[in-house]
Amino acid sequence: MTTPSAAVGTAQDAERQPAVVEVREVTRTFGPVTALDGVSLSVEPGQLVGLLGPNGAGKTTLLSLLSGLRRPDSGTVRIFGGDPRDPAARASLGTTPQETGLPDVLRVGEVVELVARHYPDPMPTGELLERFALGDMLRRQTGSLSGGQKRRLAVALALVGRPRLVLLDEPTTGLDVEARHELWSALRTFHSEGATVVVTSHYLEEIEALAERVVVVGQGRILADDSLSRILATVARRKVLVSLDEAAATELSVALPAVSAPAREGDRFSFLAADADALVRQLVRSGLPFSDLEVRGASLEEAFITLTQESR
Amino acid sequence: MTTIAPPALTEGRLARDLRLTFVHFRVQLVEMLRTPMAVIGNLVFPSVALLFFVVPQQAIASDPLLATSATAQLSAFAIASTCMFTFGLGVAEDRDKPFFPYLRTLPVGAVPPLAGRVLNGILWSFIALVPLALVGGLLTEATLSWGRLLPTLLAVVGVATPFTLLGLAIGYSMSTKAAIAVVQVSLFPLAFAGGMFMPPEIFPRWLDVLSSYTPTRGARELFVSAATGAPLDAHFAFVLAAWILVFATLVTIAFRRDEGRNFK
Repeated sequence: MTTPSAAVGTAQDAERQPAVVEVREVTRTFGPVTALDGVSLSVEPGQLVGLLGPNGAGKTTLLSLLSGLRRPDSGTVRIFGGDPRDPAARASLGTTPQETGLPDVLRVGEVVELVARHYPDPMPTGELLERFALGDMLRRQTGSLSGGQKRRLAVALALVGRPRLVLLDEPTTGLDVEARHELWSALRTFHSEGATVVVTSHYLEEIEALAERVVVVGQGRILADDSLSRILATVARRKVLVSLDEAAATELSVALPAVSAPAREGDRFSFLAADADALVRQLVRSGLPFSDLEVRGASLEEAFITLTQESR
Repeated sequence: MTTIAPPALTEGRLARDLRLTFVHFRVQLVEMLRTPMAVIGNLVFPSVALLFFVVPQQAIASDPLLATSATAQLSAFAIASTCMFTFGLGVAEDRDKPFFPYLRTLPVGAVPPLAGRVLNGILWSFIALVPLALVGGLLTEATLSWGRLLPTLLAVVGVATPFTLLGLAIGYSMSTKAAIAVVQVSLFPLAFAGGMFMPPEIFPRWLDVLSSYTPTRGARELFVSAATGAPLDAHFAFVLAAWILVFATLVTIAFRRDEGRNFK
C-alpha cells in the first residue's frame, strides 16, 4: 500500500519534519449546528496537546475528522501528510472507543488481539495489559469489567500498535482520583517515548496534568492556542457575587478592565473577573450600597463563556 | 508535500486484506457463538414450516421430486432469512455501539470487515440448512443424491451472497428500529413472491411474471435446480447475478456514506 503523494526523502533526513496533524480552514456542520467553523490547527511531532473546551465545543468532531471517521464539509485534514480517510494514513494512529463501548462477549485478550492484528509491530498483549494494570484480566469478558477497568482497556487499545499519533477523547471521564492519576502517568510515559498526543477534556485538572500546549475550543472555533501556563493565566477567573441595583452593577463592570458584564443570578449579580481583589476594592471605594458579597473560583465553563465573549 | 511514509504495510495489499478478512471473520463468529439466541429463531422457523405444511401433505411428502423441491425452496428461504436478519439487524445494532466507529479508525479499508461478514453469512446459511435437511430427509421422500451435493453446496453460496449484501445495505443505511421494520416488511412478501413458500407453478400468470424478476425467485430456482438436477433457466441466473451487482453497489455506497451514528 502506498500513500498517494510522493515521499520526498525520509522522515529522518528531512530537515523540517512535516506536521503530524495539519488542519486547514475546516468547517463541519450537522444540520443546523455548526460544529467546526473555519478551524486551522497544526501539531508538530512529539507535542502533547490538550484540547480544552466545554461540551459541544467541537472537540469530539475535530477528533473524528483526524481519525478519518468523518469528512469535513470544506477545508483539508491531514495526518502524517495523508488523508485520514485513507487506511494507509492511519497506520501510525491510535484512538480509543468512546463511552468505554467494548464488545461485551469478547474476552480482554481477544479485543487486544483483534486490534493488534492491524499493526505491523504491535505491543505484546501481556506487556500492554501490565502497563495498564489489567494483567490478570486477559481471559475475562469485557462485559464483566468494572467501569475503571473498561476505561483503562479503552486507552490501552489506543497504544496497541505503537502509534506515533494518539487521539484521546475525555480519557479519564468517570474514573476515581487514583485511577485517573495512574492513567495520566501511563500516558506521560508513552509520550516520553516519542509519540505525539492530542487529548480532549473539559477538566482543567486533566489538561494541567498532561498537556504542554493547550488549544481552547468553543462554539466550533479556536479561542486560544498557547502554552499551558499562559492559558492557565487566561482562564483563571474569579466569580464575584453581590446584591446591588442594576445601574450600579453596570457601572461597576465598565469601570474596570477584564470584568464581564453582570449576569443576574437569583437576587444577586455575578461578575467574572481576572482580578477579583480590584473589583471588590472598586466596589467599596464607589460607595454604592451593596450586600451579600461572595468571591469564589469560576468554573472552567464560566471562564470559557468570557473567553468566547472576548473573542467576538 | 512531504509524506512521512507509514512504517507498516510492507506486506502486499491483497495478502493483508485477506489476512484481516479472516481476523474479522473470526471475531464476528466468536461474538455470534457467544450470543446464540440471536440466530436460533431463524434456524427454527423454516424447519417448523416444513414440518407443518409439507410433511402432513402425503401427495408432496411421498413424491421424491416434489418433496425435494419443497425442502429446497424452504432452504433458500432459510438462507435468505438468516442473512437478512443476521446482517441487516446485526450491522444496524453494531453501528449503535461505540466500538464500531472505533474499528473504523484502525488502518483497515472497507473490504475486510465486510468480507468477514459475508463469510459469516455463508457459514450460518450452511448451519441453517442442517435442521431442514434432517426434517426433509427423515420425514419426507426428499433426497439429495451424491451427484447433487456439490452443486447444492455451491448454490448455498449463490443464495447467501445477494441476501447478505442486501442485509448489509439495510444495516449500514438505517437505525436498528428502521432496519427491523424494513427486513420484516420486505423479507416475507419477497419470499412469498419468489416462490419460497408455495411453488411458482401454482401462481397466476401476473404473479409469475412479477416473480421472475425478484431476487428471491432467482435464488429459489437456483437452489431447487441444484438440489433436484432440473435445468436452470438462464433468465433466473441472469436476474440473480444482476441483483448481486445491485446489492453490492448499494452496500458500497451505504458503507462509504456511513459515518457511524447519524446525529440530527
